[in-house]
Amino acid sequence: MSASPQFFLEETSVQQEIRSLARKFAQKELAPLIEEDEHNAVFRAEKIAQLGELGLTGIPVPEQYGGAGLGYSEYICAIEELAKVSSSYAISVAVTGLPQVILDLFGTEAQKEKFIPPLASGQAIGAFSLSEAGSGSDAGALRTSASRSGDKYILSGTKLWTTQADSASTLIVMARTGEAGPRGVSAFLVEKGTPGLKMGKREKKMGCNISHTMEVLLDQVEVPEENLIGREGQGFRVAMTALDSGRITIAATAIGVASAALEVALQHSRTREQFGKPIGDFQGISFMLAQMGADLEAARLVVKKAAWLKDKGHPFSLEAAMAKLLATDTAMKVTTDAVQILGGSGYTQEFPAERYMREAKVLQIVEGTNQIQRLVIGRALIGNTEKKTS
Amino acid sequence: MWFFTEEHRMLQESVRQFSRTELKPRIEELDHHEGFNREAFYKMGELGLLGVIVPEADGGAGLDAVAATLVMEEMAAVDASTTLSYLAHTILCVNQIAVNGSAEQKQKYLPKLISGEWIGGMGMSEPEAGSDALGMKTKAVREGDHYVLNGTKTWITNGPNGDVFYVYAKTGETKRDISTFMVEREMKGFSTGKKFAKMGMRASPTGELVFENCAVPASHRVGTEGSSVKMMMRNLDIERITIAGISLGIARSSIEVATQYAKERKQFGKAIGSFQQIQERLTEAAAWYEACRCLTYDAAKMWDMGLMQGKEASMMAAKAKLQSAQMATQVALDAIQILGGYGYTREFPVERFMRDAKLIEIGAGTNEILRVIIARQMLGDVAELG
Repeated sequence: MSASPQFFLEETSVQQEIRSLARKFAQKELAPLIEEDEHNAVFRAEKIAQLGELGLTGIPVPEQYGGAGLGYSEYICAIEELAKVSSSYAISVAVTGLPQVILDLFGTEAQKEKFIPPLASGQAIGAFSLSEAGSGSDAGALRTSASRSGDKYILSGTKLWTTQADSASTLIVMARTGEAGPRGVSAFLVEKGTPGLKMGKREKKMGCNISHTMEVLLDQVEVPEENLIGREGQGFRVAMTALDSGRITIAATAIGVASAALEVALQHSRTREQFGKPIGDFQGISFMLAQMGADLEAARLVVKKAAWLKDKGHPFSLEAAMAKLLATDTAMKVTTDAVQILGGSGYTQEFPAERYMREAKVLQIVEGTNQIQRLVIGRALIGNTEKKTS
Repeated sequence: MWFFTEEHRMLQESVRQFSRTELKPRIEELDHHEGFNREAFYKMGELGLLGVIVPEADGGAGLDAVAATLVMEEMAAVDASTTLSYLAHTILCVNQIAVNGSAEQKQKYLPKLISGEWIGGMGMSEPEAGSDALGMKTKAVREGDHYVLNGTKTWITNGPNGDVFYVYAKTGETKRDISTFMVEREMKGFSTGKKFAKMGMRASPTGELVFENCAVPASHRVGTEGSSVKMMMRNLDIERITIAGISLGIARSSIEVATQYAKERKQFGKAIGSFQQIQERLTEAAAWYEACRCLTYDAAKMWDMGLMQGKEASMMAAKAKLQSAQMATQVALDAIQILGGYGYTREFPVERFMRDAKLIEIGAGTNEILRVIIARQMLGDVAELG
């Protein structure tokens, strides 16, 4: 990479301030609710509004649209701190960020002015709808149709796995306007309350229950042409750009949840005594903790580097994929080991370790499964081969 | 396995049938609401599963450890929770009474437990004595023709719903002064404490046993006073071999679901099973499952043939359980990954398999304590220095 030598490991005062702001909010406003709300799958939109008041819901978008005008290096600090308490709210902030980032890059001036400020201030919630029953990793195969009718598009189809679509005011929906494959896909802004836009089933999941995962039904939904993002056929590029950035935020979520799991495991290892001494004195435990700490530190730096590359305007897709792969695999391992170190207690819901473990698993799946990340990384590293095989 | 007999195969078939009709239709709901499939235990009683390794003379089926492990694998392939409760009942309570109980105790408890009329459990772990089992603090003090028990047991499978418990308590000052008592639910001074909310194995109730000046008749003491450490350890070995069967069942089903999905799910115009990343996970899972299956049934067979004694037997059981438990968690995690978003939802059972699989790395001896057992056998005193 053409990384310049100014990649600082030390956090700036702004980054530290954002971290501290998000940490205090998470501990005061979220921590007391999380266990109960995760159990009952209750999402509280007012928490996003509160985060908005603190300036944490539009960190990477320009100030003129109500954002903080900062970068991903700052954004990941907030997300990581939120994820230490709740992966669900970290994901909610990340997903509300997606439409903002997309519009900032591809939107018209009118779209930016209309849609970004409510999202950046946390007054509105955003969603991003790409996957379908038959197109997950193979996003370019999506079938939801958008046909032109006068100065409108008519969208029809069924979307799957859309995070917080039920509370979102602004959804970005990918639909087909042209030929089969990625080149026939366009991106649209669909507003809450548009006739024909309905919520299907809410998925019952293993974890991250506060963050609702929705099926979205589009039954002849009329979308004005000014809600097309970019040009017709540009949708796949919009989606991939969004996913590249999204991967950094999911990686930051993974770092947060893994840090929290390591903290609980360390605490337990210092205080729990068996055979007359703290279990942290046994190598079986201390070496496990050592590995968790080392893996986490390595993953954290890759995430930081991906954010820094993006902020500097360098290509960052490869590093974003690496960050997502390493951070989420590390989170899975670290949270699983935390449950193990807490033993029976770790398996019960009296400690958060088992929740962290259930939350970590989804991070290996969303924003491109880790199989897709390997595909992206492999292709980027190997380059074009003579005979293209999958 | 090559040494399965015709009897083993018939047993396997009947447990498979039982699991399909009695366990499968209810497990999703029971897992969600932390219920318990009480009816299944009456049915298991009818099928003779509750006394699977108890001699026929004592009213059991008179089968071997291989058979018990087979039952665990078959049941757990559908519903690991009920299987865990079955294990606590059959291996930790019923079998212990059959092996160590007096004629009178056997007559009193075995018929009710083997028919499914009563549910049994065992009480060993305490809040401060988990891996350090001999550090238990629950005390039993002799007073005339009674023992008075005080203390709290925790992580007790079937605690909230059991009728009778095989309970270990200290009857002296040294670490090995441990005795066993049969405690019945209705006894004065006994209560079942809290029930734990858990990540997995949610249809297998786990709770505390609380003793507050609980007077237990001396006739309820199993064996002589202070003689229980050896039988406790011996039972841990058969517990570990059979619980490894639960890991095998979970892994097998995870592999089946993931394989089927890999054949049917199409992305980029072809079945995802055609991609080498998916093949790698499936093939590794299948190979490790097979290896753990051999290890576990081999340990069971050696147990049955009496080929292992004492520490050697403990080491084999520890190896089988350590490997199988870790394998099952990994395989279930990989199955979720292969199913992607679907694997994370409750529309497929693999997320439950993963939550259930994790428990086996903790219960019946954590991975860490099993490594200690293996290391002690390999390294002798050198291993004690850590």
